[in-house]
Amino acid sequence: MTVLTATHSATLRIPRAINWNRLEDDKDLEIWNRLTANFWLPEKIPLSNDIQSWGTLHPDEQLLTIRVFTGLTLLDTIQNTIGAPALMADALTPHEEAVLTNIAFMEAVHARSYSSVFSTLCQMSDVDDAFRWSEENEHLQAKSRLILDEYDAGSSPLKRKIASVFLESFLFYSGFYLPMHWSSRAKLTNTADLIRLIIRDEAVHGYYIGYKFQRMCERLNPDEYNRTKDFAFSLMFDLYDIESKYTQSLYDCVGLSEDVKHFLHYNANKALMNLGFEALFPESVCQVNPAIMAALSPNADENHDFFSGSGSSYVIGKTVATEDEDWDF
Amino acid sequence: MGTLVYFSSASGNTHRFIERLGAPAHRIASKRSEPTPLVKEPYILVLPTYSDGYGRGAVAKQVIGFLNDAQQRELIRGVIASGNRNFGRYFAYAGDVVSQKCNVPLLYRFELAGTATDISRVENGIKNFWKWNS
Ligand SMILES: Cc1cc2nc3c(=O)[nH]c(=O)nc-3n(C[C@H](O)[C@H](O)[C@H](O)COP(=O)(O)O)c2cc1C
Ligand SMILES: [Fe+2]
Ligand SMILES: [Fe+2]
Repeated sequence: MTVLTATHSATLRIPRAINWNRLEDDKDLEIWNRLTANFWLPEKIPLSNDIQSWGTLHPDEQLLTIRVFTGLTLLDTIQNTIGAPALMADALTPHEEAVLTNIAFMEAVHARSYSSVFSTLCQMSDVDDAFRWSEENEHLQAKSRLILDEYDAGSSPLKRKIASVFLESFLFYSGFYLPMHWSSRAKLTNTADLIRLIIRDEAVHGYYIGYKFQRMCERLNPDEYNRTKDFAFSLMFDLYDIESKYTQSLYDCVGLSEDVKHFLHYNANKALMNLGFEALFPESVCQVNPAIMAALSPNADENHDFFSGSGSSYVIGKTVATEDEDWDF
Repeated sequence: MGTLVYFSSASGNTHRFIERLGAPAHRIASKRSEPTPLVKEPYILVLPTYSDGYGRGAVAKQVIGFLNDAQQRELIRGVIASGNRNFGRYFAYAGDVVSQKCNVPLLYRFELAGTATDISRVENGIKNFWKWNS
């Protein structure tokens, strides 16, 4: 490749300067605000407090953990360098493009943070082996291929968004399961804190891209909409097929594959909901281990809600007669 | 027997939940230009959570506006909150905020547009609720 001769001749279009005081879609600012408020760096988490805990893991468990994290690193790398930039070209508003640059950068932070975990806890030779493993693992390569085929210019804006939401809201979860599992056993708890920050970011990413997908779908006629939906469900089937093999190849040796699959089904349904679709997997196969749920949202279940309990009667307090100015929530 | 009042932003998850529930419900308007319902009977509030990551601003400003009306606030009897467990400890946190502010029970929490189990629990739950609290 020469660096001195032109590689293409198309003239770049000059964009309109972005005016954040004139919004076409209020969600753009809402998400911008949320994402910037959530900004974090791995240095903020005291990962070295996990060194002792790491030592208590069996060598098989350490190997599994390193591999799972390289798999996650690959997905974040794809989203950082290809996924989010590809979505920019399809943006409906200039503000959406700006939000996507934020998403792209945070994916780089996510990818970078796994390397922080590695340099804190692991032998570099083991990490190098795992990166080599990730390049050769057929399932990891197969799911990346399916996603990249949709990010390709030959695909369409709707399909790119579907693939992107599936990556953000479904494909990560075969990996996220493991640190939640360790955390539920009081292991690698600082690493789990870092992963929870990533999970929270991915929730906003999946939400936002899914929301923009729904916006775009409003322009479709019923026939086009149904074909788009068929595409989404069939891509989900294909990805699920790979994910279940990937899951077995990683988790069979620790006896967790079935447990992980429930988590996958549950997240696949949530990914579909982000696109505005109904669930695919029946609830009988979405019975996520309560310990994993508790690790995902610690302390969220301290307050018991009434409809889940058994036939208790309700105690209703008197409504407090507050003044209007008390209502700054 | 009371009614439901709900809020749902442009992403429409809560709206899809209410549609599947099939019970009569008033929607709090998203935009100022749209009419806000005037509710005259006891109701259960269903709302999503939109916090900043530290629990602040969990209740949408449109819902605050609705509850700021003292007459409507007096008619709230319970709250059902939605969200996403990926938000960690602030999962469905808007429910806790409203429950404390209005001194009404937090009846249920669900994720996104809810599952079939969520729908049937809420369906049965509100039926019984109004039986005991009318
Ligand atoms: C900016 C933003 C912040 C959010 N914050 C929270 C939160 O703190 N806790 C939670 O459980 N869910 C949170 N969510 C998830 C929403 O509550 C969830 O997607 C809900 O289904 C949205 O309902 P709607 O589509 O009816 O507006 C947040 C979503 C967004 C986009
Ligand atoms: Fe990421
Ligand atoms: Fe992401």
